[in-house]
Amino acid sequence: MSADTSTAATAPPVPARPQQAPSWRRFATWDTAVVLVTVGVVLIAALGVDNFGTGRNFGFLVLELAPVLVLALPLTLIIITGEIDLSVASTVGLTSAAMGVMWNAGLPLETIVPLTVLVGAVLGAVNGFFVTTLGLPSLAVTIGTLALYRGLAFVLLGDGAVADWPRAFTDWAIGDLGRTPVPNVVLPILVLVAVFAVVLHATPVGRAVYATGANETAASFSGIATLRLKFWLFVTSGAVAGLVGVFWTLRFSSARGDNASGLELTVVAAVLLGGVSIFGGKGALPGVVAGVVLLTSLQNALRLASVSAEALTVVTGFLLIVSVLLPNVLASARQRIGRRSGPTARPPTTPGPPAAGERKSR
Amino acid sequence: MSAVDTAPAPEGVQDRDLLGTVLRFRAVGIVLALLVLVAVTTAVNPRFLGAQGVRDLLLGASVTVLLAVGLTLVVITRGIDLSVGSTLGLSAFVTGSVLEAAPALGVPGGMVVGLLVGAACGGVNALVIAVGGVPPLVATLGTLYVFRGIVYFVAGGSRISASDLPSGFLAFGTARLLGVPILFLVALVVLAVAAVHLGQNRSGRDLYAIGSNPEAARLAGVATTRRLVGAYVACGALAGLGGVLYAARFGTVDASAGSGLELQVVAAVVVGGVAIFGGSGSVVGAALGALLLTVIGYSLPVLGIDQFWSQAIVGALILAAIGLDRVVSLRAASSSRAKASHVR
Repeated sequence: MSADTSTAATAPPVPARPQQAPSWRRFATWDTAVVLVTVGVVLIAALGVDNFGTGRNFGFLVLELAPVLVLALPLTLIIITGEIDLSVASTVGLTSAAMGVMWNAGLPLETIVPLTVLVGAVLGAVNGFFVTTLGLPSLAVTIGTLALYRGLAFVLLGDGAVADWPRAFTDWAIGDLGRTPVPNVVLPILVLVAVFAVVLHATPVGRAVYATGANETAASFSGIATLRLKFWLFVTSGAVAGLVGVFWTLRFSSARGDNASGLELTVVAAVLLGGVSIFGGKGALPGVVAGVVLLTSLQNALRLASVSAEALTVVTGFLLIVSVLLPNVLASARQRIGRRSGPTARPPTTPGPPAAGERKSR
Repeated sequence: MSAVDTAPAPEGVQDRDLLGTVLRFRAVGIVLALLVLVAVTTAVNPRFLGAQGVRDLLLGASVTVLLAVGLTLVVITRGIDLSVGSTLGLSAFVTGSVLEAAPALGVPGGMVVGLLVGAACGGVNALVIAVGGVPPLVATLGTLYVFRGIVYFVAGGSRISASDLPSGFLAFGTARLLGVPILFLVALVVLAVAAVHLGQNRSGRDLYAIGSNPEAARLAGVATTRRLVGAYVACGALAGLGGVLYAARFGTVDASAGSGLELQVVAAVVVGGVAIFGGSGSVVGAALGALLLTVIGYSLPVLGIDQFWSQAIVGALILAAIGLDRVVSLRAASSSRAKASHVR
C-alpha cells in the first residue's frame, strides 16, 4: 500500500492509475479535450442561447466564475498532494458572517478585510492541524469542518443578514474596468492565477507538491517536509476562502450564514474536470482554469436557457463523477487492448516532463 | 508498495484487542454522555423524560439509526456515502407519490417501493465506485447532488401533504406497540439483523477484511467487488427505508426532505466508534451515536441553546470523535510496540 488516502484505497482491482502511456501524453490529451469542449460549449452557447454572447453577460459570467476559480487554485495544489478540502464553501460562509459581525461592531472596512482573510487562514490552519499533526484523513476532517464552519456561521448571524455595506466597496466589486465590459475583479484574479501557476509549475514548492502526491514516503525520504507543506496549503486554502468571503459579501452586499452554501461541489468538480487526479500527483493549472470556465459557462448558459438551479446541480454532480470515471474506464479499456496484443505492444513507461509529475508508486 | 505508511494505516492485528477494549469504552462513554445529557435536560424540564417526550425522541432517532446502520456497512469497508440524505429524499417523495396514486398498496407496498428506490440509488453508487474505480467520496458527493436534483425534477415544486397519503400509512407513522413507536421497532429490527450479519456471517466479516486491507482481502479470496456492491446497495436500501419512515412520520414530504442529513449520519457513525479508516466498528455503536445526536438535537431548545448551534455541534462531534480515535490508536500502537517490539 502506498501512502494513499483512504478513499483511493477502496478502489477495486480496476487500475486507478494506468501504467501504459507516458503520463504526460494522457494528461495532455485530457487537457486539450477540456479546452476543446470549453470552446465548443462557449460557441454553441453564444450561437444557440439568447443573451449569452453579450458584453453584459460576459461581465456577469466573470463574477460567477470568480469565486469558483479563486477557490480552485489552492484546492488544485491540495488535491495534487493527495488530500482534499471540502470545507472551502463553509469557510467562505463563516468568513462572510465574521465580516458582518465585525462591521456591526463598528470596525472600519479597511481593517475588516485583512482580518477576514486572517480568520480564513486560521480556519484553514485548523484543518491543517487535524490533517498533519494528528494524521487524520483530510476527507473526514473537512467533512467535519464543513459542518462546523457552516454551523458557526449560523451561530454568528442566525438567519439574518448584514447588508449596509458602503457603496464605494460594493460598487467596486460588481463594477467594470473603465468603460469596458471587463469587471474589476479580473485584475486580482489574474494576479492570483499567475502566482499559483508560477508556484506550482516553476518553484521547488510546486515540485514538492507533485512529489508529495506521487509518493509521500519517497518525498519525505528525499527531504521534503510533506506535513509542513500540507499544513501551509490548508492555511492558504483558508486564507483564499476568506478573500472569497470578502468578495462574496461585497458582491451581493450581504453577509449571511448561508453564503456560498454548496459551492464545494462546483469547485471540486471544476478541479477534477480540469484533469487533476483525485489520487494525487497529477494535474496542472491551465487545465483547472479551463475546467472552471467550462463548468461556469455551462451553468450560465443553462440558466439563461431557463434550466432550474436544481437541474444545474445534477449536471455539476454528473460532470464530477464523469471526470473521474471516464479516465478510469478509458485506462482499463486501453489495458484490456494492450493485454490482448501482448506485452510488447505496451509503450515504454518513461518519466514525464516536470509538469506531469511523478507517477504513484503502484 | 511502501512499507512505511505516513497516512493513517489500519491497526495491526495486535492492536485489535486494545482497540476493541477502547471501543467498548466508547460505547460506555456514549451511554454516560446520554445519561448526563438526559439528566440535565430533565432537571431543566421534567417533561423531557415524560412518555410523550421519550416517544418523540425514539421517533426522531429511528430514521437516523437506520441511516447510520447503512452507512456503517460502507464505512467499515473504508468507503463513505454522502448521498444518503438525498436518497432518503428521493425515496420519501417517490413512495409518497406512489401511495397517493395507489393507496391500496398500504404500508408493505410503500416499504417495497422505498427499498427499491434506495437500492437503485445505492446501485448507482456501487457501480461508479466498485466497478468504475471512482473514490467513494467523489462518487457520492456527485450523487448527493444528482439524486437531490432528481427529487426537485420529480417534485417540480409540489409537495405531498398528509391528506394525499392513505390513512393506514399515516397511522403506521404514529402506531405504538407496548408504548414503543413502531418506526423505532423497525429500526431496531434492522439494527439487530445488521449486527448479526456483520458479526456472524462470512459476507459480513468480509466487509471488515476489505476495510482492514483491501489488497490482502482480495488475495485471500474475498470477492471484494461483489461485497462492496452489496454494501452500497444495502446502504442505499436502508436510506430508502428511512425515506418511507420519514414520510410516515411527518406526513408531508417536499423536495428538500433529508437535506443535510448526511452530515448528521456521518457524525453518528464516527461518534459511535466506527473507524473512518475502515476495518473496525459496530452498528450498535453507530446506533448509539445516532441516539446521542438525536438527544442533543432535542435537548438544545429545552436547555435554551440557540437551534443554530446544532450544525456546529455536529461538526465539532465529528472532529472530536475522529481526533479521539486517532489519539487512542496511536496510544494503542505505541503500548503494543512496547510489549512486543519484534512485532512491528
